[in-house]
Amino acid sequence: MDFNTVQAITAMQQRCAQILDSNDLSAWPDLFTAQGCYQLQSRENFDAGLPLSVMHLTSQGMLRDRVVAVSGTIYHQPYYQCHVCSAPMLTTLSGSAVRSESSYLVVRTQRDGMPHILSVGRYIDDIVLQDGAWLFAQRLVVFDNDLIANSIIKPV
Amino acid sequence: MYINTPAQPPETALPAWGDAPTSRAPGWVYTNPQVYAREMEQFFYHGHWCYVGLECEIPNEGDYKRTQIGERSVIMVRAKGEPGQPDQVHVVENRCAHRGAQFVRERTGHARHFVCPYHQWTYRLSGDLAGLPLRNGILQAQEDGSKTKQGGMGEDFKLCDHGLTKLKVARRGGVVFASFDHSVESFEDYLGPDVLHYFDRVFHKPLKLLGINRQRIPANWKLMQENIKDPYHPGLLHTWFVTFGLWRADQKSQMVMDAQHRHACMISQRNEGVAGAATQGVTSFKEGMQLHDATLLDIVPEAWWSTAGAPCLNKPSGANSTPTVVMMTLFPSLVIQQQVNSLSTRHIQPVEPGVFDFVWTHFGFEDDTDEMTQRRLRQANLFGPAGFVSADDGEVIEFVQQAFAAHPQARTISEQDGTGVHNTPHNVTETLIRGMYGYWRNQMGV
Repeated sequence: MDFNTVQAITAMQQRCAQILDSNDLSAWPDLFTAQGCYQLQSRENFDAGLPLSVMHLTSQGMLRDRVVAVSGTIYHQPYYQCHVCSAPMLTTLSGSAVRSESSYLVVRTQRDGMPHILSVGRYIDDIVLQDGAWLFAQRLVVFDNDLIANSIIKPV
Repeated sequence: MYINTPAQPPETALPAWGDAPTSRAPGWVYTNPQVYAREMEQFFYHGHWCYVGLECEIPNEGDYKRTQIGERSVIMVRAKGEPGQPDQVHVVENRCAHRGAQFVRERTGHARHFVCPYHQWTYRLSGDLAGLPLRNGILQAQEDGSKTKQGGMGEDFKLCDHGLTKLKVARRGGVVFASFDHSVESFEDYLGPDVLHYFDRVFHKPLKLLGINRQRIPANWKLMQENIKDPYHPGLLHTWFVTFGLWRADQKSQMVMDAQHRHACMISQRNEGVAGAATQGVTSFKEGMQLHDATLLDIVPEAWWSTAGAPCLNKPSGANSTPTVVMMTLFPSLVIQQQVNSLSTRHIQPVEPGVFDFVWTHFGFEDDTDEMTQRRLRQANLFGPAGFVSADDGEVIEFVQQAFAAHPQARTISEQDGTGVHNTPHNVTETLIRGMYGYWRNQMGV
């Protein structure tokens, strides 16, 4: 894999974390293909081969519906989140498709609260080149902390 | 200077409810440690059936699942039946009879027998003690060539006296309940005929496990029972319910309880979600809101939703022949959800007065098409710790808990639709909460 490809893919992933940590998630779905899939799944279900997820969004439109829910429909204690992501391990699937695996830590800070770990796990991404841009065809997020600290509102 | 003072005997008297009606629960019901300890004994360890799991979680002989009843760790395991008899499902406490170690650590697994790692006491899947090392001590050779016995259990030690604690088990429709109390009434009598009807409506054919989601909610366990005994809130707190007509005040609904008012069913039929009296002044109603991808709510009615043959309820004529949602609360530990095509059990596992774990087991049916399975998985986006109409339930009951921790003498006002307790042919009511607290006060003696 050439340096420019590695650089473009990691920059896209870093852009994703930057959007998710910002106060406006509306650009997040743009990093996915039209049929892009986002799945947030416990390691318990992943390891057992069970299909249930915590979020299971199967199109860019559904990702937009989630963004609307975060800002407009799910009442919740407001919080910031901060992603710390590892460098990805990249594998070429074809000339225009790459598999990426990386680990992450997301820290949540609620109003009047100390920072706490919200989620820890890994990303398993299928990333494709479309019209000159690398986009998520699928982002599977497998989290180790099966027991979620109350709720999880924003995607990680 | 440190002064050693004798320990005080535990304070066991519970606070007094006072003259206030049952519709006005004091904050200490959610925060007081003595109240909580009494609840564990009264509701989770005596006289009640508690949820354990689904049989499809342990499909083969030797498969087990570890879970909780109250604060106690228990194991559900499938074992071979007597010759010519079907499989048995045992529920035993995860506590070695010897020193008390909770020896099963994985959540699920497969075993031929259970061995405690501490001193290797070994149990059959039924919980019977099969053997233990050095039961007869050891024979040690002496210098003169003779052998003397060292150690060993006493003459009166019998294996049959030292098995794991065995729970009474009830299986119905692929669901497993258990009780530490072997004198508990039958599961069918416990639910009563009306609630049992709605239980059987869901659990009528073999189930398929879809997966488990878990959340730890910093609130008292009863607040989740109350949340699902409260048909007043969904059309107000949850934008999706009111806007897409999944649950709101103007739907054909009925509230049904058992004779003792501890269990309940909230039964309702979806409407078109248009603006009207039920949405006036409701800030969560978003008129004209459209989904970017409507397959999130790709609802397909299923034949079993019909309640033909429902027991005699105070049903208005023509109402609810086909509910789209039935939310059941089985006291003390279970919620059963059918909301359109999404099905789950939600298990309440108390951790301490102000904390419980909420474990969602989503399922479908063995004969579901792949398309239906995918639909159930998509609709699961509405529920659980990130759910469009559930994440905010965990959030708001946390806010309730915080307030009562600071003010245990403050009281709730559960008086929508008056202060009485009765089944209703509508959902604008808090009768189910009042019913539960009537039962709770009677059992707790407060």
